[in-house]
Amino acid sequence: MSDAPSYLTADNRLRSWFLTTDHKRVAILYFATITLFFFVGGAAATVIRLELMTPQGDLVTSDVYNRMFTMHGVVMVWFFLIPSIPATLGNFVVPLMIGARDLAFPRLNLLSWYLFLIGGLTTLYAVFVGGIDTGWTFYTPFSTMYSNSHVVLAVTGVFIAGFSSILTGLNFIVTIHRLRAPGLTWYRLPLFLWSLYATAVILVLATPVLAMTLLLVALDRFAGIGIFDPAKGGDPLLFQHLFWFYSHPAVYIMILPGMGVVSELISCFSRKPIFGYKFVAWSAIAIAVAGFFVWGHHMFVSGQSVFAGLVFSFMSFIVAVPSAIKVFNWTATLHKGWIRFDAPMLYALAFIGLFTTGGLTGLFLACLAYDVYVTDTYFVVAHFHYIMVGGMVTAYFGGLHYWWPKITGRMYPEYWARAAAILIFFGFNMTFFPQFVLGVLGMPRRYHVYLPEFQVWHVMSSFGASILAVAYLLPLLYLGWSLFFGRRAPANPWGATGLEWQTPSPPPTYNFETTPSVTRRPYDYSVSGQAHAQNA
Amino acid sequence: MGRWIPLWLPGETSHARAVDVLLVGLLISTLLVLTLLFYLLLRFAIHYRAGNVAANRDHRIRKSWYLEATWTVATMVAFLVLFVWGARLYLNLYDVPKDALPIYIVAKQWMWQAQHVGGQREINEVHVPVGRTVRLIMSSKDVIHSFFIPAFRVKHDVLPGRAEGIWFEPERAGVFHLFCAEYCGTDHSRMMGRIVVMSQPAFEQWLARQDTDGTLAAQGEKLFRQFGCSGCHTAGAAVRAPLLDGLYGKAVPLADGTMETADERYLRDSILQPRSQIAAGYEPLMPSFAGRISEGELIAIVAYIKSLGATGRQP
Amino acid sequence: MRRTPELAPQFVDLDQQQDAASLGMWTFLATEVLFFGGLITLYCAYRTMHPDAFAAAARHTRIAIGAGNTAIMLTSSFLVAWAVWCLRLNQGRIAALLFWCAAALGVAFLGFKGVEYAIEYRERLVPGFNFVAGGAGAGAQQLFFAFYFVATGLHAIHVAIGVVVLIVVGWRSRARAYSTRYHAPATVAGLYWHFVDVVWVVLFALIYLPGRS
Repeated sequence: MSDAPSYLTADNRLRSWFLTTDHKRVAILYFATITLFFFVGGAAATVIRLELMTPQGDLVTSDVYNRMFTMHGVVMVWFFLIPSIPATLGNFVVPLMIGARDLAFPRLNLLSWYLFLIGGLTTLYAVFVGGIDTGWTFYTPFSTMYSNSHVVLAVTGVFIAGFSSILTGLNFIVTIHRLRAPGLTWYRLPLFLWSLYATAVILVLATPVLAMTLLLVALDRFAGIGIFDPAKGGDPLLFQHLFWFYSHPAVYIMILPGMGVVSELISCFSRKPIFGYKFVAWSAIAIAVAGFFVWGHHMFVSGQSVFAGLVFSFMSFIVAVPSAIKVFNWTATLHKGWIRFDAPMLYALAFIGLFTTGGLTGLFLACLAYDVYVTDTYFVVAHFHYIMVGGMVTAYFGGLHYWWPKITGRMYPEYWARAAAILIFFGFNMTFFPQFVLGVLGMPRRYHVYLPEFQVWHVMSSFGASILAVAYLLPLLYLGWSLFFGRRAPANPWGATGLEWQTPSPPPTYNFETTPSVTRRPYDYSVSGQAHAQNA
Repeated sequence: MGRWIPLWLPGETSHARAVDVLLVGLLISTLLVLTLLFYLLLRFAIHYRAGNVAANRDHRIRKSWYLEATWTVATMVAFLVLFVWGARLYLNLYDVPKDALPIYIVAKQWMWQAQHVGGQREINEVHVPVGRTVRLIMSSKDVIHSFFIPAFRVKHDVLPGRAEGIWFEPERAGVFHLFCAEYCGTDHSRMMGRIVVMSQPAFEQWLARQDTDGTLAAQGEKLFRQFGCSGCHTAGAAVRAPLLDGLYGKAVPLADGTMETADERYLRDSILQPRSQIAAGYEPLMPSFAGRISEGELIAIVAYIKSLGATGRQP
Repeated sequence: MRRTPELAPQFVDLDQQQDAASLGMWTFLATEVLFFGGLITLYCAYRTMHPDAFAAAARHTRIAIGAGNTAIMLTSSFLVAWAVWCLRLNQGRIAALLFWCAAALGVAFLGFKGVEYAIEYRERLVPGFNFVAGGAGAGAQQLFFAFYFVATGLHAIHVAIGVVVLIVVGWRSRARAYSTRYHAPATVAGLYWHFVDVVWVVLFALIYLPGRS
């Protein structure tokens, strides 16, 4: 064990944190900010679920309710889900996994955090001065010509944060291409890096289209240029095409890193190489590519042509295939493994179940005639929450627990962690499964008041949400506790393969004493279950 | 139990029932996959847990190709079946029967206005007859709304500046919910209505009882003169413009060489944006009426033009 | 191997650093393609929907200024390419001169653009401010000009940033900060400027040429 101080203690001045170029510190900065936004978005969700316990609009007015669900969507999508795994776990782990001292462009990394912060504060300010009521999807002409809310401010915040996304993606692409340690060929890369690479490609190609779309909305509203005004020949469908061209790949930005984490967890806690490594690796690329060709499945009833509907439906079924391949391969990895049920593994297993459930309901939506019935209903709401919360947030928590010893140098309390994982699983299902039923019963989404016959399912859902809220607070408490009182972590507490485990917990600022070189295939757990050091 | 905890909304048309059969197919596929997956996860997790030293871990599967190919192909085949099934039903939904009874819908924040061809008007209610195919021609005065009848399993966005259509054929009398399904502002969730399905004789009586300003086509004829359309679009006019008798439903050759069917959308676009599709052999002289004509007037004029059949006035 | 001052700590050697810089710039340019691409897609959609209105609107643009600006852009790009070539031959002072000439041309471009905007403002062609168009498809003509101002405005911002970058790169060339072995910042700046040039050529074709054949 070297005597060098860890990256956490190397310099304690405030400006060494706010002017850092160390990827590990940038990751911590991001972690603090997205946790804040998670709770802001969660607060909005609390108001929503409280209001929906009764059919009447008796807690808040319709205008306030509409601002609540808009804020929930905007904050959760752009200020929590999109950056979460890439900017926290990714920023921390990528150079370590690759055997490098830092990312390719450390100062751009810091800039991306500042852009994220400025964007986030701008949007929070918009919320503070009255919020927006357009839905996170900003459909025109409502957002450009009819809404009486702070659309330009909110849209500006998202626009700025978009550049943060682009810079992160750019950094990852160049890092993974150019900074790999000697011997670390593409097929020796951990699957987390394949997933982050695919994510980075989407970040870099899709986000600019969102930037342009939001810029046009802001100009339309601010200066009245009329680009989406139907009276001047502006096409409301054109906005939807431009918006969803980004926003569909965006959901793959959100889920691919989670899938990458799950690959790491399943392998480590089964002590087996991932089954079908190349298939899992390339399936990430396939999802990224195919994900650009399905956006119209959000518009099957919008008035787009029938031909477009057919093409987008077909492609939507195709893009589900690589996800299915991953699920099968993860399951096959468990076969003849040595399975341990530490908290990260509980999250990984929960991910497989919940993501598959959400993904299968995606087939209902890809199916043209059924989508006509359930689009814009609670069925869609349930579907994407299963994927985003049941999938993505679960994977995030799994990765957080897995790399927590590396990041903080402390072990978290295992039994509290398992209890929280199980409580999250139950709270989650209780919250969102009733929403599938509501959708099939025909209840539309974004409804402040609703018909009394739907109430029983809403009460069930709100009850589940209260359990989920408590369950999400638990990690905040015990992880916080572990920072001060947790057992000190060794370099490799899980006995995992991977270069990040070959350096102390927490790592020194420069990551590695000497640049490691790689000679073995990834996930090289021997038959007896012992990991080999990668650079032995 | 069903009344206290609603579990199912019955479908009221043949399309709705077909959609429900599709749902059953989707549910069965989903449940098969999930059952298999959960079974395997549970079995592997228990049998191969680290504490179970006795489990046989020799002969791990190495060559994964056959397994990968099998489950990939099986997935693709299942998906293809579901795609075709959903697509065929969708194509059926977009194939509007020609002899359907047209009803015009105008959506605005936050109400639905319906106009029957006889000039009868309704707010937040649409009366329709049993056993006849009904066709809705819908447009919005302001933002995007969406016309959703859960019991019929149909939904379509209602757009400003465009006419969109859906159809349905109710099979029994009753009252069914109408919802707005595209967020449209403050009272989006209050933009509800009723679809009132009546027997054919009751429907006829209901139509007769309503106050009207004349049939929709008759109102349209007045507006046709009021807006000066008859100044060009009649035989012998000083300006040469296409004659409109029997135009509705015909194929129209355009100046750019393509053919376009003269449906409601074509007629609306011709009035609002006449330069976008110029009829072959005519000069682009027609002025645009965008901003000068309301949705209600537009519907009436379109109804009037539709009534100019070669065989005399038919709604 | 000896670490020279230009070598950043995360890189093993200068080659890796310059490779990374180059890949980084190409990736950034890919984002710019998608950024302008979204706008151009919007243009193409609207032009397909309203061909006559777009042709009529395009005839109001000042093709003389547009063509002049195109010549300026192409020339400046040539100068930048020449300057990078000079750096490869260790000719820092000549490279500096060329970079500054290119920057000056960039400023001229912006000047002419400003004049053009002033003319359009006088002719009441600015959507959201004073747009008044007569005749056919007035609404869709406004769509054309909305696109025109957004596209050329964004492009002008990119030119302005490029001018600053070229001035800085010229200054560093003169200060002998670059050599045959190491001139990645200049190469990367050159890539950016060429891209800005290409975007202009595309915009020129979409803005000034419709309705004028």
